[in-house]
Amino acid sequence: MTDKEYWKANIKLLIVLLTIWLVIWFGFGIILSDFLDQFSIGGFKLGFWFAQQGSIYGFVILIFVYVYAMKRLEKKLDQKEK
Amino acid sequence: MSAQALTYLFVGLSFTLYIGIAIWSRADSTNDFYVAGKGVNPVANGMATAADWMSASSFISMAGLISFLGKDGSVYLMGWTGGYVLLALLLAPYLRKFGEYTVPDFVGARYYSKTARLVAVLCLIFISFTYVAGQMRGVGIVFSRFLEVEINVGVIIGMIVVFFYAVLGGMKGITYTQVAQYCVMIFAYLVPAIFISILITGNPVPQLGFGDTLVNSSTYLLDKLDQLSVDLGFNAYTEGTKSNIDIFCITAALMFGTAGLPHVIVRFFTVPKVSDARKSAGYALIFIAILYTTAPAVAAFSRVNFIESIQEKSYFDSPDWFKNWENIGLIAWKDKNGDGLINYSAGKAFEEGRPNFLDSRGVQGEREIKNPSTLDNENEVYIDQDIMVLANPEIAKLPAWVMALVAAGGLAAALSTAAGLLLVISSSISHDLLKKTFMPQINERQELFFARCSAAIAILIAGLFGIYPPGFVAQVVAFAFGLAASTIFPALFLGIFSKRLNKEGAIFGMLGGLIFTSSYIIYFKFLFEDSNNSANWFLGISPEGIGFVGMFVNFIIALSISAVTDKPPIAVGEMVDKIRLP
Repeated sequence: MTDKEYWKANIKLLIVLLTIWLVIWFGFGIILSDFLDQFSIGGFKLGFWFAQQGSIYGFVILIFVYVYAMKRLEKKLDQKEK
Repeated sequence: MSAQALTYLFVGLSFTLYIGIAIWSRADSTNDFYVAGKGVNPVANGMATAADWMSASSFISMAGLISFLGKDGSVYLMGWTGGYVLLALLLAPYLRKFGEYTVPDFVGARYYSKTARLVAVLCLIFISFTYVAGQMRGVGIVFSRFLEVEINVGVIIGMIVVFFYAVLGGMKGITYTQVAQYCVMIFAYLVPAIFISILITGNPVPQLGFGDTLVNSSTYLLDKLDQLSVDLGFNAYTEGTKSNIDIFCITAALMFGTAGLPHVIVRFFTVPKVSDARKSAGYALIFIAILYTTAPAVAAFSRVNFIESIQEKSYFDSPDWFKNWENIGLIAWKDKNGDGLINYSAGKAFEEGRPNFLDSRGVQGEREIKNPSTLDNENEVYIDQDIMVLANPEIAKLPAWVMALVAAGGLAAALSTAAGLLLVISSSISHDLLKKTFMPQINERQELFFARCSAAIAILIAGLFGIYPPGFVAQVVAFAFGLAASTIFPALFLGIFSKRLNKEGAIFGMLGGLIFTSSYIIYFKFLFEDSNNSANWFLGISPEGIGFVGMFVNFIIALSISAVTDKPPIAVGEMVDKIRLP
């Protein structure tokens, strides 16, 4: 049954990570962007920074979180690459 | 050494390197030719993917585009990076597990149908040729400006180089040249950016510099840019103007389109293991992000520099770069108010889009143009956005070797992407059309021979696109992404995540997405260009963003047709189970 368990856990993980993905670009980068613009870091308005810098860093982190989480999952359920 | 001699030297050295790598990494089997023997290290594959992905438009055009769009330009930054999250999470590992050679291979096997495979080949060829046309134009621009050769000669040189490493080396040759091209490209992009960042803000990191204060002042660069923009009648640089729904759809179409581009997907077929495919997508995005986070900084710097170095100067006193780019027709100036000074502000300087140059010169030596002046604004300057990155080192008065480096970098970007595209075109012909459909009797050696022939023919066609550029190159970029998002991405995604989807659903889904998206784009971009504005758009979504809606059209058609037709065979269900495991 570990095969099914593995796939279920994978789907759960995907839903969580893709929700964060959506929040990063659609949330911070687009709809909340004007609101976030009232705060600033250095010379950047926060919403502008998310749209042109922050979102990209966020995407990189998300992929590596997935790589790490899948590695742990595979170890836990003893799934070996074939 | 003169700037031109340096450029010849840099470009010559980089081309020698690419050809050397091609000879060293010759492909001996179809496995080598299509997927580099599945033995590429994930970090090297990440670099190759980055070079494959970052095209002439990322290197040459993107910063210029952002420079003139300000915050609205963020759609390209987010759209062309966020797709990698989709690739890493939803496609790459499973397709690698599947383990064959091409994207249509997967479609054909998963939907147990030659028709489905052929529809996928059709979409793939259309998307890839659209994309190649833009690369060849990039090669032409770089050659004509920096090496002062005829555009056609430049395109032919580019073709010969690509011919060498794509035809000889196949995927194996392309992979290792792309690694070299990535290094050339990123170095060429960062060096001028760092120089300019230091000059303007004193901060050597461009990503931080464009949020920093100007040298010897307490004003932030972006505040100054907002002020300059508003003074000249533009919108503030850091504020957007497009509607949220349109921005959302454009960004999403670019992301799902990225994830559905065959030449990018196929790169993940070349790594040894499933976990490597995930890792490799992460490395690819790091390498891409280095350029993509620098681009908006370059955009802001070059905007300030551009305005300050020409505004209210006489043509006679204007900098050399202004005249050089005017000479090849990408800048034009018309002294509308007769004060003898260059006045740059918002609005179009004259009617009819591109300048139509006369042979004569004006009072100060400027090229005269035929186009009638516009009367509703005071702008006197026409500038092609594509020149900002290439002209940037000159505008900032950087040394000649930096310019030479940028030329070599632009060529690396264009050639690496062109090679990746040509490879997926040729493998879809020799593998999917011939071996798997029309000529199943051929052996491996013959297939490899056909693969080389079709690569050679594809290069010739791409070269023709460069020599006789179709006028619609700019319009068709929306096409490539829209179609990738509405045809290939859904077919792959549903094929992995739904076991119920059958061949009828997949075929009609792809055709539905294809017809819906292309009719919308053709309607607004080719047939009725005058009505191409938000009042006429469906839900306010521009043709650039319609691929996202097309993707849902595909989903709905595919799932509903599958629901009323037969279940796929049991063997297909077993195959899906298998690719879901590492």
